[in-house]
Amino acid sequence: MQYEAVIGLEVHAQLLTESKIFCGCSTQFGAEPNTQVCPVCLGMPGVLPVLNRKALEYTIKTGLAMNCKISPYSRFARKNYFYPDLPKGYQISQYELPLCEDGYLEIITDGERRKIRIKRIHLEEDAGKNIHDLSGYSFVDFNRTGVPLMEIVSEPDIKTPKEAALYMKKLRAILRYLGVCDGNLEQGSLRCDANVSVRPVGSQEYGVKTEIKNINSFRFVEKALEYEIKRQIKLINNGEKIIQETRLWDSITGTTQSMRSKEEAHDYRYFPEPDLAPVVVSSDWIEKIKKNMPELPDAKIERFIKDYGLPAYDAEILTEEKSLSEWFEEAVRLGGKPKEIANWIMVELLRILNEENKDITECNFKPSQLVELVNLVDKGIINRNIAKEVFEEVYKTGKSAEFIVKEKGLTQISDDSVIIEAIKQVMDKNPKEVDRFKNGEEKLIGFFVGQVMKLTKGKANPKLVNELVLKILKEQ
Amino acid sequence: MELHKLTLTELSKMINRGEVRPHEVIIDVFKRVQEIEPKVKAYITLTTDKAYEMARDAENAIFAGKRNLLTGIPIAIKDNICTKGILTTCASKILYNFYPPYESTVTSKLLKQKYILTGKTNMDEFAMGSSTENSGFHITRNPWDLERVPGGSSGGSAAAVAADECIAALGSDTGGSIRQPASFCGVVGLKPTYGRVSRFGLVAFASSLDQIGPITKSVADSALMMNVIAGHDPMDSTSAPIESTDFREYLGHDVKGLKIGIPKEYFIEGMDKEVEERIKEAINQLESLGCIPVEISLPHTEYAVATYYIVATSEASSNLARYDGVKYGLRAQGNDLLDMYMKTRSKGFGAEVKRRIMLGTYSLSAGYYDAYYKKALQVRTLIKSDFEKAFENVDFIVTPTAPSPAFKIGEKIDDPLQMYLSDIFTISINLAGVPAISLPCGFSGKGLPIGLQIIGKPFDEAGILQLAYAYEQSMPWHKMKPNL
Ligand SMILES: [Zn+2]
Repeated sequence: MQYEAVIGLEVHAQLLTESKIFCGCSTQFGAEPNTQVCPVCLGMPGVLPVLNRKALEYTIKTGLAMNCKISPYSRFARKNYFYPDLPKGYQISQYELPLCEDGYLEIITDGERRKIRIKRIHLEEDAGKNIHDLSGYSFVDFNRTGVPLMEIVSEPDIKTPKEAALYMKKLRAILRYLGVCDGNLEQGSLRCDANVSVRPVGSQEYGVKTEIKNINSFRFVEKALEYEIKRQIKLINNGEKIIQETRLWDSITGTTQSMRSKEEAHDYRYFPEPDLAPVVVSSDWIEKIKKNMPELPDAKIERFIKDYGLPAYDAEILTEEKSLSEWFEEAVRLGGKPKEIANWIMVELLRILNEENKDITECNFKPSQLVELVNLVDKGIINRNIAKEVFEEVYKTGKSAEFIVKEKGLTQISDDSVIIEAIKQVMDKNPKEVDRFKNGEEKLIGFFVGQVMKLTKGKANPKLVNELVLKILKEQ
Repeated sequence: MELHKLTLTELSKMINRGEVRPHEVIIDVFKRVQEIEPKVKAYITLTTDKAYEMARDAENAIFAGKRNLLTGIPIAIKDNICTKGILTTCASKILYNFYPPYESTVTSKLLKQKYILTGKTNMDEFAMGSSTENSGFHITRNPWDLERVPGGSSGGSAAAVAADECIAALGSDTGGSIRQPASFCGVVGLKPTYGRVSRFGLVAFASSLDQIGPITKSVADSALMMNVIAGHDPMDSTSAPIESTDFREYLGHDVKGLKIGIPKEYFIEGMDKEVEERIKEAINQLESLGCIPVEISLPHTEYAVATYYIVATSEASSNLARYDGVKYGLRAQGNDLLDMYMKTRSKGFGAEVKRRIMLGTYSLSAGYYDAYYKKALQVRTLIKSDFEKAFENVDFIVTPTAPSPAFKIGEKIDDPLQMYLSDIFTISINLAGVPAISLPCGFSGKGLPIGLQIIGKPFDEAGILQLAYAYEQSMPWHKMKPNL
């Protein structure tokens, strides 16, 4: 039997507010343990939470970007459980009345646009971190306690691990465009839990689902789901039962392992948080936030296709990161031809950034530098192959392209006489090939061009070389 | 002169006029404490050294011309209100060593006025109880009869005020914890409207019900304290964004024509005869002052106790989860995390606190939530609307504060249900969030004080104080002192 997967994702995104959700402590990542804490986030007796309006605004922004309804009236609730990293013994979260509901975001899969529905987006506080060391004691770092966290829950609309990855990518892009989350899965500012079940293709009923936790990299979104789907299908085929449980993704073994079963699941005893008034969001406020929304990835893709005549593929890649799209537009603004600039970015710049594991914002290479380089090619001062060499040099040293061309003597040879001289030298050295050409082996033209380019150290104008080689050989 | 016998209003005037210095006051009060405290045991912590320092600060302020209502006034604070650097235990072993690194909003306000802290008063552990017998440390005795309880949970504060071991005190009231001990000890206790006084720094028992309020020797003192502690606090999201008023302004105003509702549900079969008589006399007295008594109905009263014990315990079960031995307070060593949690909480909490945590945990559990917690919230709304409807026709509601005068130590401690019923007349007020005061309205045949409760519309503390003052000034009760 053929099986299909049903996948829903629960994504937690740490908000980029300066201070925590219910107190004034800094949210900066990486500080010394317990240096960004106060009585409120330490859950000391008698202290009270005060909601950070910025966190609320960021969540509304995200809700709007994901086409959600923003509830005019929502509530915080307490989620009760004991754990050392949870100082109050409960997490302030939202339960019955979340801030945002009923949205969707679009992914393009196999050339087809698909809506993945968003069930809800709510706001909550992050927990601290337990640190276990060799002494046998455990320690708790409360710096992360109270960092605002947004939970984005999708409907089970995702059909394949690849779609799940696309959904995550789109979601991350939106969060980064909005500037509400830096989207770092490795550092945990973006976390992904997946609910997955399988069922016979065409069936309307859901199978028994498992929840996979600890998917801490983009690569693993697909891998973990692939593994889990295979595992479930195998169980069914062996006549075994799938148990509703929480499973932990282990990236080292590439498997998921049972963490706790449904019977062991916590009873969180949710109830409305009495220390916080209900959250009332006025339509005026929503309108104000709407007006200040940045252009989002989908709109930008469309504009890039329309205004710059880019293929959809290029537009999507260039808009994945807001910073990259802005880099591209700056280069175009400085006079670069859009498709040309796009090619350079996609083929050369992204390759080198990828090699260095860097972001466009982390390198010193400027749009003006790329435009200068492209202009040198356009003017015929250097050829395309040499330009690649110059590009790397500019990227690494920060020197101007023109300076590098001069310094290294890379100017393109467009002088007929120099090229003809080179062609003659090549013909003299390769009389057999000349003969074969004469006897009709026309494809040998490539051989002669290559030899000429080699002789001129790649500097000859390839177009000219082509023309002249053909002309001289024919004249023979 | 016995300065400790003075009311806050009297002493404040004297200090302001320069007739007495804070230093003399605090010497006199601590002399009284030394004498009386072994009998009453109102305090958990006496802050004697700190008090002398604060008296000096008060004198400096006066010298600098910065006099305020509470400058140099010795005030006792219930031990569930956080005072920076001063032991704050909630009368619980689990917080036996807790020194808050922050100050509650109410005590910050008192500090700004240069008050003098006499000490932290005894209470039922985490404010759970009606007799102060649930203190994790010791019991407090009623100054009017040392064999009897002072009421609770603010029993220490009420007893300290009644015994002149301070000039005024702060308590907290979740289901009657200010009013019932005020009634038992023959003093004035005000529970403000929910949201009127900041809860920041008040160790939470039931967050949606807790309010801090004054326990004083007179109604005027209560108004004076309210002038200082009331007001919006950005640190407490549930504090009302309402401008505070001068609560003393209406003291002495005529009460003629005010309609006072007498809810029939509060005069029940089998209630203490003497209480019933005193309350009826008080109503007659109010009538003779020109008030118009009107019989009213608060039909959902009978569900109040059940509703309260679900809402309050549910919130408490969550509020008390933080006492887990990880961060502060008591930690019992365990073999692993769970063992440490269980040993710490088993040792740290007393029986009543454990009982309520279990009740609350049960009410919130999956499968029971709808039948208990959710239902309780619905009934709470009905109780609230009972009051709203009643206040469409009357200005105030008058009831007994407690169904009986102070009972004997040990009398109810083994019968939690009987103990819970001692809050039967005060609990609805917290569920509805409205303000209410308890003030003395006479004595039982055994010489035990009986309290009259006046309930007002939301944020009408000024009106309550006006009516209470008119009654108080027309009667001799506030001048009576226990014979210690
Ligand atoms: Zn903090």
